[in-house]
Amino acid sequence: MASELGMGELEVEKHVNYILSVEKNTDSFESVVMEHLRINGAYWGLTTLDLLEKINSVDSKEVVSWVLKCQHESGGFGGNIGHDPHLLYTLSAIQVLALFDKINELDIDKVSNYISGLQNEDGSFPGDMWGEVDTRFSYVAICSLALLRRLDKINVEKAVKYIVSCKNLDGGFGCTPGAESHAGQIFCCVGALAITGSLHHIDKDLLGWWLCERQVKSGGLNGRPEKLADVCYSWWVLSSLIMIDRVHWIDKAKLAKFILDCQDKEKGGISDRPDDAVDVFHTYFGVAGLSLLEYPGLKAIDPAYALPVDVVNRVFFGR
Amino acid sequence: MHGRARKTPTPQEEKAFALKASKLRPLQSQFLQFHHNKTYTKEALEVCAKLLEANPEYLTAWNYRKVAVEHILSHSETETEIDPESIKSIFSEELRVTERAFAQNYKSYGAWYHRKWVLSKGHSSIDRELQLLEVFLKKDTRNFHAWNYRRFVAALKNRSDEEELQFTTDMISDNFSNYSAWHNRSVLLSQLLEKKVQGYFPKEKVLTEECNLVHQALFTDPDDQSGWFYHLWILDRMVKVESPLLVSTWPPHGSSINVSVKGCLDKSTLSPMTSFDLNTGTIPVILYFSEAVEGVNSSTINVESIYDATQDLIWTPLSTNNSGSAQAWVTYLNFLEEKFHFLQANPLKVSVGHSQGIVSLNGFHCAHPTEFEFTVYVQPPTSQHTDLQCLEMISWGDENFHICETHLKESSPIKFSYQLENNEDNESTTYKWKAETIANEIALFRELLSEANCKIGKLTLARLLMAHDVIMSYNKSSDTYKLAHSEEVLELYCDLMNSDPSHSQFYKDEYSLVLLQQLTSNLESLLRHCYHYRDLSSSSIHGHICLRLCNLSLSRIGSIKQLLWIQMLDLSHNQLRSIEGLEAMQLLSCLNLSHNQIGTFSALEPLKLLKALKVLNVSYNEIGAHSVNTRRYLCSSPLSHTVGSDWNFSEFAIDSVDVANYWEAFFIFKDLKLTQLDIIGNVVADEKFKVFLLKVMPTLKWLDGVELQRHPKP
Repeated sequence: MASELGMGELEVEKHVNYILSVEKNTDSFESVVMEHLRINGAYWGLTTLDLLEKINSVDSKEVVSWVLKCQHESGGFGGNIGHDPHLLYTLSAIQVLALFDKINELDIDKVSNYISGLQNEDGSFPGDMWGEVDTRFSYVAICSLALLRRLDKINVEKAVKYIVSCKNLDGGFGCTPGAESHAGQIFCCVGALAITGSLHHIDKDLLGWWLCERQVKSGGLNGRPEKLADVCYSWWVLSSLIMIDRVHWIDKAKLAKFILDCQDKEKGGISDRPDDAVDVFHTYFGVAGLSLLEYPGLKAIDPAYALPVDVVNRVFFGR
Repeated sequence: MHGRARKTPTPQEEKAFALKASKLRPLQSQFLQFHHNKTYTKEALEVCAKLLEANPEYLTAWNYRKVAVEHILSHSETETEIDPESIKSIFSEELRVTERAFAQNYKSYGAWYHRKWVLSKGHSSIDRELQLLEVFLKKDTRNFHAWNYRRFVAALKNRSDEEELQFTTDMISDNFSNYSAWHNRSVLLSQLLEKKVQGYFPKEKVLTEECNLVHQALFTDPDDQSGWFYHLWILDRMVKVESPLLVSTWPPHGSSINVSVKGCLDKSTLSPMTSFDLNTGTIPVILYFSEAVEGVNSSTINVESIYDATQDLIWTPLSTNNSGSAQAWVTYLNFLEEKFHFLQANPLKVSVGHSQGIVSLNGFHCAHPTEFEFTVYVQPPTSQHTDLQCLEMISWGDENFHICETHLKESSPIKFSYQLENNEDNESTTYKWKAETIANEIALFRELLSEANCKIGKLTLARLLMAHDVIMSYNKSSDTYKLAHSEEVLELYCDLMNSDPSHSQFYKDEYSLVLLQQLTSNLESLLRHCYHYRDLSSSSIHGHICLRLCNLSLSRIGSIKQLLWIQMLDLSHNQLRSIEGLEAMQLLSCLNLSHNQIGTFSALEPLKLLKALKVLNVSYNEIGAHSVNTRRYLCSSPLSHTVGSDWNFSEFAIDSVDVANYWEAFFIFKDLKLTQLDIIGNVVADEKFKVFLLKVMPTLKWLDGVELQRHPKP
């Protein structure tokens, strides 16, 4: 079916092997450099495996017990064992546990208290005790608490108000009030507004047009005007377009081709642009992007929680 | 890895990588040891600095440095007084560490924040930061970290918005292709305009100057996107009426409405356009605003009748979100309780916005108080219980639709719908300035397009032409307004669909909106699409007027404000994927959406607000055919924390069906009181699903054209 659509083939087996090899090859420079955000890496890799229906190739017990060891006494999670806690790592930890249906292994109150305790008076969130404020952290806090079913622990109205105060002339969002729109940041803000039922604050036509104009001639998407295309925006831009129901405004087949062209067909993995070096981050965003494009054979991914739809449904519709 | 070429490393490179890894690993473990032991010696800080130089993303290391600085400062205080110079040098060292990190990665969040943290301690020179930034932003003009940092430093130094605006002017003059500078300009200019700072008032003068500046960019390189978004924003600021307006109502001003309490009105004597079988005993009053507003309630809206019997009415926002705001609002007058007189004229007057409180999402108040009056005739209950939709199945076949008699026009409430638009005083200087500016812009972009084939230029021209038509329509005193440019605009969108195929669906959506605007812009063109519904195979003589907008390849609907009176609507054989806006059509009882591209039940959410809806045809759509649901977060659900904590799916459990899979359908249909539904031709519509539907909708009498045999109620 994929080739009928004029798409190339997704090298499923090779990508699975690539992800598993990254996990094993702890001596490489890449993995040393990634050590501080290993928990993000785990989320990217494991979600990709799940989308490819191959999550069973990892030992879930081992992963879960390692994740739990990354928890700091404050309740937040570090990027690795012994690292300082931060909201970014805390969300990844929760997401990984959700993949394995193990959120209940957590002391949910402890984690959610850590997150809710960070909210500022104006509704914004710092990433940790050091106070760097960014709408990325608003998303992370809201998404984490929603997955823990503890959204009532924060002042949602104020959190939404702060995000809306970061809206720009182009309908997009920046990291703080006055900061330039950026597709990654837009995903965070649209995602947070989606999870809190607040998408009416968005001018869907204005933002939709800006987002669809991110598609460049190659079919790939950039993150800001006059920038280069990059596979990671397949996720940031596409998920935002889906949440505001404007994804039909881009050429999906061309984008799918761009992502497939970024595969390393020999060794597996996906890179930012064709012929660049692959990494787990872009492999995840490439596969997640293809899932959003309804590429055959992939599990569907939820555009707001950034987890497979069946995982999200399990959390919210419970079974 | 961002921007690194994919190739098999040479043995030398492999060696180099291995060497780097072998150096980095001990640094990391040494650092963690210092961190956990709370060691803040010179040696430890040096290890940390080396680590950050190699890997600026190492968050814990930045944290450690902050702890270390605080530790050193606090311990010095207790022992010997630390001199200001030493404090300065401690912070200078921190700045140096960030600079070394930038050399490795100038996008490092951790490094930029560390610098902010240092500066906020107040021991470092802000001027030096401004100088550094000037150099940095010349080299990397789009670095958003640097722009953010600049805003931070400017605030720290209390730099005025004018000074910062000048900086963006300089950056833009260096190179027009700098979206970051245009963006920052929009932020600063908004503040200057809002505060009415000297030199930035009146708004018209400033916006004209900005327009001229951005024109230079657009004409220099029309294919560069940077200036276009700014231009669109300036245009929007020029044209947009800031305060929300009431643009349409039902019943319309000056109309007479016949309603029946029970049973059918004899439409052979009464015009079908003004007669309504409202079995609920209530009559809706709809207010349609130019944008979403909140604060519509019995204190901001006054409804008077001569019998002085209207109680505190409850106004409901017609929106599918829980925001408490909506573009359309409704209240239901209960003409039994309100002691309306049968067969006599019951005049009503509605006053809107006479007291403050109706506010747009941007915080602007409804500034134009409006009144409208209408008369209601209530027909007494008849003995024969003949409700059209209860007795007979609606059949959407062409043979049942008959061309409307022309006399319909006279008694039509449609013609009244066009009167409320003229809220803006067309004699004012602002109005004249607007009209003139738009006309100039149009001339300018026609010129640009004669020289360059530029897609955003065409789109801008199309937008300008529509804006122009809307503004000119204020000038008309008649009850119709002509859209002088709509044909040209439609041509522009057709052209764009061909020349920019990647975004063809965007242009198609815009095209559909303009087409509907054109079609509803006057009575004659609208009546051309109105048909009499009469099922020849049935004995019933009662008929509806149906608006048939079939086969127009509409991908989107709009112009709802002109369609509030419609009871029967046929939108079949289009390309609709959403029916957003339909929730305002409170009189709608029969709706045909068959042969469209509706992909999910969530897309039908507006129907939940249509209390009169009885007949729905969604056959031959794409429900169930997609793994991605683009309405998933635009509808209320447990996923968006809007509803659903109290849902009980198990109530509807059916053998071997997981009802959680049907949550969207459950959510839509549990609130609908349909008598007739067509759903055939959708992937989702299998036998199991039909069983589920019967359970959720006990009112259903016909499903896919088959009369249902229900067991009699106990």
